[in-house]
Amino acid sequence: MNGSIAVAEAGYDEVLRDVMTFLNDQTKRRYEITESTNMARDLNLDSLAVMDVLLALEDKFDVSIPINHLAEIQTVSDLARTIIDIKKG
Amino acid sequence: MSLLARFTHVANNYGKATALGANPFKVRMEKVISPTEAVVNGRPTTLAGTHNYLGLTFDADCIEAAIAALRQEGTGTTGSRVANGSYSHHRGLEEELAEFFGRRHAMVFSTGYQANLGMLSALVGPDDHLVIDADCHASIYDGCKLAGAKVTRFRHNDPADLEKRLRRLAAEGGNKLIVIEGIYSMLGDEAPLREIVEVKKKYGAYLLVDEAHSVGVLGERGRGLAEAAGCEADVDFVVGTFSKSFGSVGGFCVSDMEGFDLLRVASRPYTFTASLPPSVMASVRAALKALQERPELRRKLHENAALLYGELSRSGFTLGPVVNPIVAVRLEDPETAIRFWNGLLERGVYVNLALPPATPNGWSMLRVSVSAAHSAKQLMHIAAVFRDVAYDLGILEMPVRAAAF
Repeated sequence: MNGSIAVAEAGYDEVLRDVMTFLNDQTKRRYEITESTNMARDLNLDSLAVMDVLLALEDKFDVSIPINHLAEIQTVSDLARTIIDIKKG
Repeated sequence: MSLLARFTHVANNYGKATALGANPFKVRMEKVISPTEAVVNGRPTTLAGTHNYLGLTFDADCIEAAIAALRQEGTGTTGSRVANGSYSHHRGLEEELAEFFGRRHAMVFSTGYQANLGMLSALVGPDDHLVIDADCHASIYDGCKLAGAKVTRFRHNDPADLEKRLRRLAAEGGNKLIVIEGIYSMLGDEAPLREIVEVKKKYGAYLLVDEAHSVGVLGERGRGLAEAAGCEADVDFVVGTFSKSFGSVGGFCVSDMEGFDLLRVASRPYTFTASLPPSVMASVRAALKALQERPELRRKLHENAALLYGELSRSGFTLGPVVNPIVAVRLEDPETAIRFWNGLLERGVYVNLALPPATPNGWSMLRVSVSAAHSAKQLMHIAAVFRDVAYDLGILEMPVRAAAF
């Protein structure tokens, strides 16, 4: 996955916007968050904090995001795509 | 790029932790004198961070049993039980553990860490689901990785949150194994086991409870939280360690599950590692006997926990939610915690420094573990030293009466 490639696909923009709003709230708007923002490096989130973000996003999107996906989630875009993929089933 | 370059952020935090005094990750116990005393940096030190709950590390019966086994069966097994065979102590210890827990099966591992790795990796596969409390120990997280199952976390000690996540998984195939701990090692709080059992039954899941910090501590007979909560029959697997209440090293799992013995060849962390040496198992067997025959140790442990918790709480410290042998003292930030930890060590009190990300909610804490072997005088001393350091750092205000001197 590569966060810098913006592919127009059904629901992506909407999910991305929700994820960004969510992360802005979580980080108290201390960072300028874009789709290529790296969560660990740019938002200074440690491994536990990233897992806690997933936990909260599961509730927001009413979806189960196994933490096995963490290895492939680096950027905000990756996160949005993972949610879409899981939602599709 | 250097192989270790990806640890740059770890190195930064490590540098910060070590710049403020002694290295919290490299404390050298120059001489261990008793379960509660050692010499550190040439200074007599009271130990309050070793999880030596029943104080059995210097128990005469445990030591004699270990010496006898050492003389009879040598220093080590030099390999796994599958390759080198089981010694009489392996089977003896497993039979005694099964009897103690009232279970049909017991299996011994070389460490508590491996017990979690060994059980989780063998019990579930890629098509199954592990549903774990978010605050579970690193060995459980690592066991999850080795298992390859899909891993879902639920909010710490929140049965309603567990239910919500199991409901989302209900349509998916595969077995669901819930993993929790008896007493959580960071805050000393207990799992709401009865409520979790209700959710488990409703969704047809299995339940594994890691009782590393609760065996020998909770329950009428010291069998842990499952005994204390009266729901042993609904706990499918109890995992534990010999490195806390038993005063040695090693881990175990007990269960009534049909076919449990298959795990001896299916669990790689069991099969492909050297088994425990006879002397270790002999001391653990003696400790298991002491745990059963000397309930006064458990009573003393709880008296001691209440004494220290009460003292620190009255002094104005922010503590964990429950009075247990783990007394967690919450501090403002990592730097304060590191300075505080150094202040204690310089005054001859050893506790554990616990920093994020290893801690819940990103808290910075000092973790004190109480032992049955602590005297009331030692515990009062520990509390007094905590106050001294807190006054020095300006965390607590010195009472006017004391300040007048």
